[in-house]
Amino acid sequence: MKAVDGVSFDLRPGERLGLVGESGSGKSTMALALMRMHKPPARIAGGEVLLDGVGDVMKLDDDALRRIRLDRLALVPQGAMNSLNPVMRVRDQLADGIRTHEPGDDRDALAARIRAQLARVGLDADVGGKFPHELSGGMKQRVAIAIGTSLSPSVIIADEPTSALDVVVQRQVMETLRSVQEEIGASVLIVGHDMGLMAQIADRMGVMYAGKLVELAPVHDLFANPQHPYTRLLIESVPTLMAKRALASIPGAPPTLINVPPGCPFHPRCPSAFEPCDSKVPLPTSQNGRVVSCHLYPEQAA
Amino acid sequence: MTAFLEMTNVSKVFSAGIIRRQHTVAVDDVTMTIDEQSPSILAVAGESGSGKTTLARLLLGVIPPSSGEVIYRGQSVDDLSREQRRTYLREIQPIFQDPFESYNPFYKVDHVLTVPAKKFDLAATREQTMRLIEEALDMVGLQPAETLGRFPHQLSGGQRQRVMVARAMLLRPRLIVADEPVSMVDASLRATILESIRRMKQELGISVVYITHDLTTAYQIADNILVMYKGSVVEAGSVEQVIRDPKHPYTQLLVSSIPQPDPSVPWGAEGEIAGDPESMEVAATGCKFVDRCPAAFEPCRGQRPPLYHEHASRAAACFQYDGSSALEDQNLDVVFEPQLTSQAAGASEEPAAN
Ligand SMILES: Nc1ncnc2c1ncn2[C@@H]1O[C@H](COP(=O)(O)OP(=O)(O)OP(=O)(O)O)[C@@H](O)[C@H]1O
Ligand SMILES: Nc1ncnc2c1ncn2[C@@H]1O[C@H](COP(=O)(O)OP(=O)(O)O)[C@@H](O)[C@H]1O
Ligand code: SF4
Ligand code: SF4
Ligand SMILES: [Mg+2]
Ligand SMILES: [Mg+2]
Repeated sequence: MKAVDGVSFDLRPGERLGLVGESGSGKSTMALALMRMHKPPARIAGGEVLLDGVGDVMKLDDDALRRIRLDRLALVPQGAMNSLNPVMRVRDQLADGIRTHEPGDDRDALAARIRAQLARVGLDADVGGKFPHELSGGMKQRVAIAIGTSLSPSVIIADEPTSALDVVVQRQVMETLRSVQEEIGASVLIVGHDMGLMAQIADRMGVMYAGKLVELAPVHDLFANPQHPYTRLLIESVPTLMAKRALASIPGAPPTLINVPPGCPFHPRCPSAFEPCDSKVPLPTSQNGRVVSCHLYPEQAA
Repeated sequence: MTAFLEMTNVSKVFSAGIIRRQHTVAVDDVTMTIDEQSPSILAVAGESGSGKTTLARLLLGVIPPSSGEVIYRGQSVDDLSREQRRTYLREIQPIFQDPFESYNPFYKVDHVLTVPAKKFDLAATREQTMRLIEEALDMVGLQPAETLGRFPHQLSGGQRQRVMVARAMLLRPRLIVADEPVSMVDASLRATILESIRRMKQELGISVVYITHDLTTAYQIADNILVMYKGSVVEAGSVEQVIRDPKHPYTQLLVSSIPQPDPSVPWGAEGEIAGDPESMEVAATGCKFVDRCPAAFEPCRGQRPPLYHEHASRAAACFQYDGSSALEDQNLDVVFEPQLTSQAAGASEEPAAN
């Protein structure tokens, strides 16, 4: 089965690209694939990930791959705050990454770097001496960001960086991610399913359905004028404080990836489905910096 | 008339540490009534560690209060007879955050439905039991044929959570206490599950305590809300008042932190967030929110602010509203009641379906 299928996009220097989709739509798989960190039995059947100055990440040998991780490409994985090492102090977990990649620093220099890195994510230096269980959820997530960005990577991939946190802490962590990103000039790929959060943080946004990228557009355009019917329903289903109404959900269930419908994978749930949809797979078409895969938007003369 | 469930000045203090004993006041002096004549949905909101789960466990009788009383049909929960306790345990049903933890992986999902059905003698025959189970699954939008006979890991997270909602409904409770029931599922499923919770109130007349840190869904499904900060009720009343027009600076912070699905609406005000809420110590005297409060002034460090009855359907524990009278004995019923009666009169609610 294909968890992620034929997805193409570019991540521009310094931009924040959001990637949304229902649970199981393949977002995490894609994030891991970009890092080549997917676990067997998953494998990458094809494609390339081109990184400025490195070339195709998919073709690197293990050694080169280890080197670019953290250094050029950093991942803050889903549930990162729960995957910190419980028996290691925060400063030692930070030191680990720095030492393997840049062994040059002496003790004082390393300590100074760790302090600076903690400050960068808004944490006091004394947090370095603590164990993960002594920290709140928001603090742990900041530590995870500090570790991920300790070598000033050019690309940060953050998978649901704030899903388990409450709104105030969520905003603090997102602000932290944004300020770190701006400081080191990195590009960020943020994976999530919270449309509100994405609207606030992303410059451009991609929408995934059943392992495919169905729409990609600048965030203002996407919210003002969603093209793909799935994107439109996704935006409409977000509850707001504006009006009290029945909570809208997208009718039908997302396909299991073992059993993706033929034609457009969204056709069994799509209110706009028409004749070609159940047999012909829509190909991505692009116009005005937007990409959409839907028969409602036939290929324009390019 | 005895009320269904009351909390009178309920507090819960946890003590930890052997050498340096630390006391956490997880719930601090809560007084309210949940009555069954006018079923309603009460949201309990607040950040992590504010005492929401502790409040739920007190209502469910899982832990006893350190002071004050939880009173079920006129009788303290501590002094119920065996038979009364059995009814109490059926009439108040929990739904928890992570449905996976409520399942035994070695039993089919049927197990979580048939066991309580048997325990509480819901039906005389096996066929009747199965009919009740199928009805309950139907109500939450699950196909009995596609759900029964499977193991928990064969269902998605959203399906597992809906089975737990069906289980709670099956027992025909008077009150459901749902502790962050949708924080682990995505937006579309969240809507489905919350709709089935709302139908429980409307179609079966079941009251719901909906615990969440998501004020948007609280606004969508609840009638009333109680906002907690470090164990204390800081603001309470109708959702229209509290969420649409928050008066307590903490509620204001919560509302402005909701990311709106519109890139042109800014996310909160500049420089508004200070400190790490979860690790902040609570001042021994004065307002618990004072170190984070942009509006703090002299009286705030002196005494704890009482709940001021600032509007007919709202109370706020903040000295900015000391021109209003304080709630009598911290009792929240007066701010909830107007909402309830107008609801019962105005809404076209169907009679209970049983
Ligand atoms: N190691 C694996 N073996 C088999 N199937 C897998 C594996 N990892 C992921 N999948 C499947 O691939 C699909 C995509 O999973 P993925 O974790 O990428 O989803 P997601 O969009 O990140 O979801 P969520 O919002 O729940 O995090 C799912 O159907 C999942 O069950
Ligand atoms: N069993 C317990 N022992 C000690 N402290 C506890 C216990 N349960 C909760 N607490 C403390 O009580 C406070 C409120 O916790 P909780 O009710 O779980 O909050 P919430 O559900 O709002 O996140 C927290 O400070 C928490 O650490
Ligand atoms: S291709 Fe057809 S079914 Fe698919 S989203 Fe577009 S209109 Fe709907
Ligand atoms: S009582 Fe004072 S410190 Fe507390 S919320 Fe009101 S203004 Fe702020
Ligand atoms: Mg994921
Ligand atoms: Mg809790």
